[in-house]
Amino acid sequence: MTITTTKAPDRTRTLPRRTGKAAGQRLRTLGLYVLAILVGLGAWQLVAMEYGPSLVASPRETLSAAGELAADGTLGNSIVASSRRILIGWGLGVLVGAPVGLLIGQIRIVRQLLEPYTEFFRFIPPVAFVTLAVVWLGIGETSKVVLIFYTAVFIVTLNTSAGVMAVNESKVRAAASLGASRSQILRRVVLPATVPYIFTGARLAMGNCFLTIVSAEIVAAQVGLGSLIWTSRNYGRIDWVFVGIITLGVLGLVYDRVLRLIASRVLYKYGVKA
Amino acid sequence: MTEATKAAAEQSAPAAGAPAAAAPRDRAQPAAGRGAALRVEGAGISFGGFQAVRGIDLDIPAGEFLCLLGPSGCGKSTLLSAMAGFVQVSKGSLTADGATVSGPGPGIGMVFQNSEVLFDWMTVHQNVTFGPRMRGLGRAEQNRVADEFLGLVGLRHCADRYPGQLSGGMRQRVQIARVLANEPSVVLMDEPFGALDAQTRQVLQQETDRIWRASGCTVVFVTHDIDEAILLADRVAVMTAGPAASIKSLYTVELPRPRDASDPAALRLRDKLRQDIAEEVRKAMQDQGLDQDTEAAAGTTAGQDAVRLDQEARSA
Repeated sequence: MTITTTKAPDRTRTLPRRTGKAAGQRLRTLGLYVLAILVGLGAWQLVAMEYGPSLVASPRETLSAAGELAADGTLGNSIVASSRRILIGWGLGVLVGAPVGLLIGQIRIVRQLLEPYTEFFRFIPPVAFVTLAVVWLGIGETSKVVLIFYTAVFIVTLNTSAGVMAVNESKVRAAASLGASRSQILRRVVLPATVPYIFTGARLAMGNCFLTIVSAEIVAAQVGLGSLIWTSRNYGRIDWVFVGIITLGVLGLVYDRVLRLIASRVLYKYGVKA
Repeated sequence: MTEATKAAAEQSAPAAGAPAAAAPRDRAQPAAGRGAALRVEGAGISFGGFQAVRGIDLDIPAGEFLCLLGPSGCGKSTLLSAMAGFVQVSKGSLTADGATVSGPGPGIGMVFQNSEVLFDWMTVHQNVTFGPRMRGLGRAEQNRVADEFLGLVGLRHCADRYPGQLSGGMRQRVQIARVLANEPSVVLMDEPFGALDAQTRQVLQQETDRIWRASGCTVVFVTHDIDEAILLADRVAVMTAGPAASIKSLYTVELPRPRDASDPAALRLRDKLRQDIAEEVRKAMQDQGLDQDTEAAAGTTAGQDAVRLDQEARSA
């Protein structure tokens, strides 16, 4: 009883002060971001002036090239095509990787059966499979989505199984002694306790999917950001290459932010801090 | 071992028991049929080649509050884990109301030292109703259980908070409520207040006494705090230093409840328990070849007390 009465006013007193401080901190962070970007743009401009447009497109040239590509629909189509492949492949990777990782972490026989494969394939980068994917699955969407899926699934699986192994053993014991069955423990205790690891796996996987999409699209694709970069090279349009590269970076940043935003809203109670 | 235990128990009777013998035991009888009798016979627990405890004999009648007291690392928690069904005895037997304890279950509850065992993603209400929910109880029944047991530990107003928003003492109370919500016949407590500050600990000790009397379950309470044991226990079992620890002595605490630590009988029992533990600590130090350097360290607390007691005994 005494604990609650001493604790409650303490919390309310410190709360407003803390939020005020946090707002100032955020503003400061934002200011530094803007400063860093401006410095980067300035440096880019200097380099572009030094080497000329045949090697480095200046920020202004890149912007006008972006306008050009956006106007004829190429940029939009590329973004949509690449995003679609990434989201489908990554989504499937998370959907398959999380449960497989849970089972690997929780059930020893599953771990022993699958570990040789997870330990083997995680050293083979998706790029190594690009040729095979095209030969086996054709130049259509399937080959790209499968490559993205391959990229995502191992990262999510490994992170999830690591999370399961890190679950506090006492928590599992407590659940068992409260009467939970093995499957109830898996669903009600191990899965929720592993959510932060699954989320980290999903975020890492998203980053790697952006690496893979470029190599996948460079080999065989009519449309997509990777294909845009590759075709631009063939036309000698350095400014278009710059547009493709910057769009990839911005797109990745946006996806990561959205992912973290959703997670911090939906998964907050599971201890996911974004 | 059994002979030694019995002898110690008899020995202790005049020490702590005599003054209190006339006083009626000031506690309500356990609620009918709630407690289960725990019986440990010749139990040994080994992990690989390491023998943690051996030759444990304990007969804990239904509704008793037994404290397991001993130097750190002596295997108190291991024995408790076996009672909870988390580990199996490798020798001897362990039964609750005659049935072998073969695995964890809702009939035997466990309150852990570390409140990390609470489910952080669930509210206090959801934590407390976890057991009933696993058994498939309906929403109304769950609410009744939460209301009753959160009320018992004085946390009804925290039902919708998350464990991370509570103080250490409150989290331990949630743990206790969560275990009691299963209406277990045995409650095992593994140094539940060890990580709390002195004031909170005192409050929770009093609450534990009250709750135990209200619930009537059998309690086995592991602690290294002698005063805590004297305050709470019907009987105190002192364990020898590990490895291969066993029960060194067993004392019956015949003091009226609620207990007063300054009662001369309590003080006598306290000195006896200190002496027992100091002996074990010294033995452990000698086994580790540390007796020379650590004489001072061990001596400052328990050792000195034992010496003082020796002198008292001689002058008496």
